[in-house]
Amino acid sequence: MYNNSISIWAEKLRKREVSSAELTQFFLKRIEKLDPQYNSFITTCNEQALAQANAADALLAKGDAPALCGIPIAHKDIFCTRGVLTTCGSKMLANFVPPYNATSVENFARAGTVTLGKTNMDEFAMGSSNETSFFGPVKNPWDKECVAGGSSGGSAAAVAACLTPGATATDTGGSIRQPASLCGITGIKPTYGRVSRWGMIAFASSLDQGGVMARNAQDAALLLSTMASFDAKDSTSIERPVEDYSHTLNTSLEGLTIGVPDEYFGEGLNPETATTVQAAIAEIEKLGAKTKAIQLPHTKLAVPAYYVIAPAECSANLSRFDGVRYGYRAELKEGEGVEALYVRSRSEAFGDEVKRRIMVGAYALSAGYYDAYYAQAQKARRLIQQDFVEAFKEVDLIMGPTAPNPAFKIGAKGNDPVAMYLEDIFTIATNLAGLPGMSIPCGFVDNKPCGLQIIGNYFAEGRMLNAAHQFQCATDFHSFEPADIA
Amino acid sequence: MAWETVIGLEIHVQLATKSKLFSGASIAFGAEPNTQACAIDLAMPGTLPVPNKKAFEYAVMFGIAANAEIGKRSVFERKNYFYPDLPKGYQTTQLAEPIVGAGYFDIQLDDGESKRIRIHHAHLEEDAGKSLHEDFHGMSGIDLNRAGTPLIEVVTEPDMRSAEEAVAFAKQLHQIVTALEICDGEMAQGSMRFDVNISVRKPGDPLGTRTETKNLNSFKFMEEAIELEVERQIREIESGNKIVQETRLYNGETRKARSMRSKEDSNDYRYFPCPDLLPIELDDEFIDQARARMPELPEAKKTRFINEYGLSEYDASIITTDAKTANYYESVVQLCKLPKPAANWIIGDLAAQLNKQELSIGESQISPEQLAGLLVRIDDGTISSKGAKTVFEALWSDGGTADEIIERKGLKQVSDTSALEAIADEIIANNPKQVDNFRAASADKQPKMLGFFVGQAMKATQGKADPKVLNQILLSKLTGQ
Repeated sequence: MYNNSISIWAEKLRKREVSSAELTQFFLKRIEKLDPQYNSFITTCNEQALAQANAADALLAKGDAPALCGIPIAHKDIFCTRGVLTTCGSKMLANFVPPYNATSVENFARAGTVTLGKTNMDEFAMGSSNETSFFGPVKNPWDKECVAGGSSGGSAAAVAACLTPGATATDTGGSIRQPASLCGITGIKPTYGRVSRWGMIAFASSLDQGGVMARNAQDAALLLSTMASFDAKDSTSIERPVEDYSHTLNTSLEGLTIGVPDEYFGEGLNPETATTVQAAIAEIEKLGAKTKAIQLPHTKLAVPAYYVIAPAECSANLSRFDGVRYGYRAELKEGEGVEALYVRSRSEAFGDEVKRRIMVGAYALSAGYYDAYYAQAQKARRLIQQDFVEAFKEVDLIMGPTAPNPAFKIGAKGNDPVAMYLEDIFTIATNLAGLPGMSIPCGFVDNKPCGLQIIGNYFAEGRMLNAAHQFQCATDFHSFEPADIA
Repeated sequence: MAWETVIGLEIHVQLATKSKLFSGASIAFGAEPNTQACAIDLAMPGTLPVPNKKAFEYAVMFGIAANAEIGKRSVFERKNYFYPDLPKGYQTTQLAEPIVGAGYFDIQLDDGESKRIRIHHAHLEEDAGKSLHEDFHGMSGIDLNRAGTPLIEVVTEPDMRSAEEAVAFAKQLHQIVTALEICDGEMAQGSMRFDVNISVRKPGDPLGTRTETKNLNSFKFMEEAIELEVERQIREIESGNKIVQETRLYNGETRKARSMRSKEDSNDYRYFPCPDLLPIELDDEFIDQARARMPELPEAKKTRFINEYGLSEYDASIITTDAKTANYYESVVQLCKLPKPAANWIIGDLAAQLNKQELSIGESQISPEQLAGLLVRIDDGTISSKGAKTVFEALWSDGGTADEIIERKGLKQVSDTSALEAIADEIIANNPKQVDNFRAASADKQPKMLGFFVGQAMKATQGKADPKVLNQILLSKLTGQ
């Protein structure tokens, strides 16, 4: 029963076959027992979770509780949780307890969900392997010598190991989709502006977007319908009613046109991954969809543009971590002043990858370089977005691989940032364009999960989840699970 | 050939919104340190800015008053630098696309001439907090109450040629922003701060190297600082030295200036568009609504006061110098319908009292209601002009209403005709000799002789008789008309 889907648990809760308190305790025990091997949680919230579960049970007993009432979930440690440690995977915030909830956390709390804990992540969401976390790497439940992907590696591993039925995550360049692919689960990053960024610690504001991870598309639809909202506290939030994504899951795929970009099957893609993904697209065709080869000619600009824009924004976003008001503060020696406070606090508390990106970003924005780097990158961004606008004139969804390779060994790319950055080669463009993207399990390469990426037009989350659900009704890749989690 | 001074100004005008530019925290002056700083102002992780619509309305009003183009699309950028009173590590400001474009103001010079000063642009930005270096035993204290306060920074072209012109411009700007009610104009509280760019040259030469003297918060300091810097620059050049482009600080207490940093030490601020804020798009409707909500500007107000209240040009210009005085005046007039006496009292006794106490009209101890109450009693003859001064002083020091004070101090004039007639009859009966002399005197001498009877009557009423009424009664009884 550890692997029940959220919709099954929700029904059992409504029928009072199980209480939220029992369910919560069940998952807290699983985390306690199994997580030492995965390191997917930074914090567990035992007491608070049980209090939330009891409150949910009271609501369920009254009979008109929201759909997710009593369901335990986990939040990526990038989301601020009132009264609960929120580290963002960094030594800088290893002591930070926010006095407020992120809007996403608040949305889930209002829906009566229970927070089991906070999941591990790359430091400030900067990484594709979860190896940059101050709290140690997350291990992939399918192969504990391998990475879980990143930056939402903790949420992905926790869902894959059934330590939680679902989890929140964030995606700046692939941080939901790539770990979902590497851990064999379903993850969706909605359209930029669909999920509030309030209380979600910023990495690159114009690219960051919250989303969800679950064991299948049906559960992801339930979670996303709760998480998404218009939020006046986030100026980039979009004022548009939120759909109930569960309602359209069973729409037929007959007549749907799927674009398959040539550029996503070229150099850098593992041949077995290519075959696996192509087989999955063929399966979608069997369900009534047509496929069409398309071109996204500026795809090659995505990684370089991203590695200017994201560091530029992060160089400013992370300036607030200065040791003055909260977080890590270096112990100053006699005679050291404010300059030393900044330099030492930031040098001692930021990890290498974070420092690297701050340096790159500051360089790209500095006088005399702005036009050559930042302005150029913004131009590339517009071209990439235009590619998609053109493509979506002809197709309903775009499909291709999520990640070029299955999970790699921990430490394998540690000394090669560029090799690491190329892990996000297929996911970055959607962030630059602000489009929704998701990854669903579609097979195995080297006995490790492989993901199919689905990219939709703006606000086409319903259509994406519908296609994913239809695929999952016809296949069973999503119901495979790692060997020793039972 | 004489040296020519060239001055350009950058003026920070604090907007009189209720809350900050990007958060809901109050901007009221004088609160305990850090009691008006919310999670956004503290730059807590995950917090985001939400623009304050009112600040845009105010900036648009300023733009309209400055005859400027309004930026229908304006972009906030991040200006990056580390400082303990700058919590985010960047200031959110505007650079490439400001909300107010090029415009101008015409200023009046002392010789009666008018001069056009061009505005390069004005942009919206947030203020920083305050670093407090005293009373912390070698450490610094940070007060973030001011952090995030909305400002417009007005940047002029280098169109001013003397300290007088710069001050005239500054005063006019002060008058306009207070008239628009977009700034409280409290200079001592830092609501308007001036940065002065100064250079000198021989007339006709290209612009000389300029220095910037920052953060002057009074017209007096501004004038002194400019004069001092112009003298310094001329002295330097005449002794064969070059002017170094630098930022300078002027100390109004010691009347000395010093270099703060040279251009070489300046930061690379790494400006870039703030990704947390979308470009601000203003439509015509928003601009029209701001225009409709604009209060009357000083020139228009002055003309109206002359026409509507019959004030002299001089009185009208004094009363409309600042919006608060004009508003005070109109409140008084509305209550007592006595436009001329109201102007006289506000320009006279009230202004004198405020000057003496170094208070602004907003801090007046006498409210428009109190002053109107006094004016009504002067007008209806209840009190004499001497009594009025007494009432005014009591209103200032003790409060209350004019009527209460008149009652308490027994200042009411006797204007009851029958009482005064009885007194007049008695005086006439008791002084037959003077009555005969009066009646025998020629008409031109009589008014002077009336003084004796008035004096007697005043004595009898302990000075409370209404002199107008008394004169009339005595005259008619003595002349028998």
